[in-house]
Amino acid sequence: MLNEIILAGFGGQGILFAGKILAYGGLMDNKEISWLPSYGPEMRGGTANCSVCISDDPIGSPLVLEPNYLIVMNTPSFDKFIGSVQPGGKVFVDSTMVDRTTDRDDIECFYVPASQLAEDNDMTGMANIILLGKFIKETSIISLDTLQKAFEKAIPPKKAPLIDVNMNAINIGGQV
Amino acid sequence: MERNLMKGNEALAEAALRAGCKCFFGYPITPQTEISAYLAKKMQANGGVFLQAESEIAAINMVLGAAATGTRCMTSSSSPGISLKSEGISYIAASDLPCVIINVERGGPGLGGIQPSQSDYWQATKALGHGDFQLLVFAPASVQEMVDMVVKAFDKADEYRMPAMILADGLLGQMMEPVTFPEISSEQMPKPWACDGTKMNREHNIINSLYLQPETLENSNISRYERYKKIKDTETDAEIYLCDDAEIVVTAFGATARVAKSAVNTAREQGIKAGLFRPKTLWPFPVKEINESCKSAKKVLSVEMSMGQMIDDVKLALECRLPVSFFGRVGGVIPKPSEVLEEIKKLGGAD
Repeated sequence: MLNEIILAGFGGQGILFAGKILAYGGLMDNKEISWLPSYGPEMRGGTANCSVCISDDPIGSPLVLEPNYLIVMNTPSFDKFIGSVQPGGKVFVDSTMVDRTTDRDDIECFYVPASQLAEDNDMTGMANIILLGKFIKETSIISLDTLQKAFEKAIPPKKAPLIDVNMNAINIGGQV
Repeated sequence: MERNLMKGNEALAEAALRAGCKCFFGYPITPQTEISAYLAKKMQANGGVFLQAESEIAAINMVLGAAATGTRCMTSSSSPGISLKSEGISYIAASDLPCVIINVERGGPGLGGIQPSQSDYWQATKALGHGDFQLLVFAPASVQEMVDMVVKAFDKADEYRMPAMILADGLLGQMMEPVTFPEISSEQMPKPWACDGTKMNREHNIINSLYLQPETLENSNISRYERYKKIKDTETDAEIYLCDDAEIVVTAFGATARVAKSAVNTAREQGIKAGLFRPKTLWPFPVKEINESCKSAKKVLSVEMSMGQMIDDVKLALECRLPVSFFGRVGGVIPKPSEVLEEIKKLGGAD
């Protein structure tokens, strides 16, 4: 099973980090994985996106063109990628940041006010992880145990307290 | 062995350290700057020298100096920066010095763009500077191969006393994949030619690329080409995938080969007998291997992120016995598997 995921938003929203956590999850589950960021001027405040592939088999092109999962945190990225989602795919939208919905009825769309939830819970800057929590709940790609291990691997030891903070954000997203 | 998740650029840099690289001279340029950044952090702790030079030209001439002392050394850049290094590379080749040069290609010509490209194939394999010389050119297609090939490049550069290049691209440099680091022997070939001090018990070694006597210069060229001949006979390497009964063989290297492989797999599912030939060494080009992989082929398709460069070597290697067509995207556009599949289907149609 090849899972092809696009994560997209503004630079600074933690798009690339959220993608890395998914990739680390795949690593912990001994899957084949690839993580490919957009690089260059986008990273300095423009739009940022990354392609993540998680698969049982070796991965061909790491560039995802037609994702079966889309995690999207701003309107330009929503407009850019919503049409490319495979029929039957699932889309996770930060509805605080994206002011529109899709009329596609062949995909499942979850609208989560992730940025608002982050602010309400004193977790400004963690909307990416809250949205990831919803993603984890609605897909069976990665278990919560695996995700815990992914944070432990991705977060350096001197920042270890952030592991619990991230898992809290995941739980908030999972309860939406 | 532990699987790590690393960017291609960082994995390559870590592998260079483990392979005993003690000097890195470079100048930043997207999309390879993580190599410099990684080595800036780690080189000193490994007992080596990291130096950000004032320019690419300075960096390659520092490599020449370090290589002359027999020290394992490396520089890294991306397309426009490699052009700047070309004079120095010619001097290094003419001085018979080993070193490793990384090119994480971006779109060209000129300043071009910063997205992935393979349009420096000709430069790397035919003319990376003036005069008759070659580099060993390795073409990784995964983060793991970025590691394995840089280790091999250091060994082979020492063995043949010549520069070796890793020809990667922005996609391989920027992507993360699982990677494991192999056990690397700390043993290196003795370098009796190195200018590392006579300790008063031998004659001076001289490293030089200036020969004003035509016969002497001719002889130095001839002896270098004798080495090149041995390399062509023994150092080619390629991946041959589903070629046994393939009627259409797709040729592609590096990141493009991954796209091509996806297309070949889909073609097979649709009943088209397609296969993939992927050179891992671009110089020497795997002539014997491509002929083996094309033994049942009727048509060949070269897929590249260029306007068509490797296709020349494909035709030469096959001595134009088979029709070779081309599909390429340029400027930083990565070909889609569906586009390559369309090209395969076109060839699979009427003869």
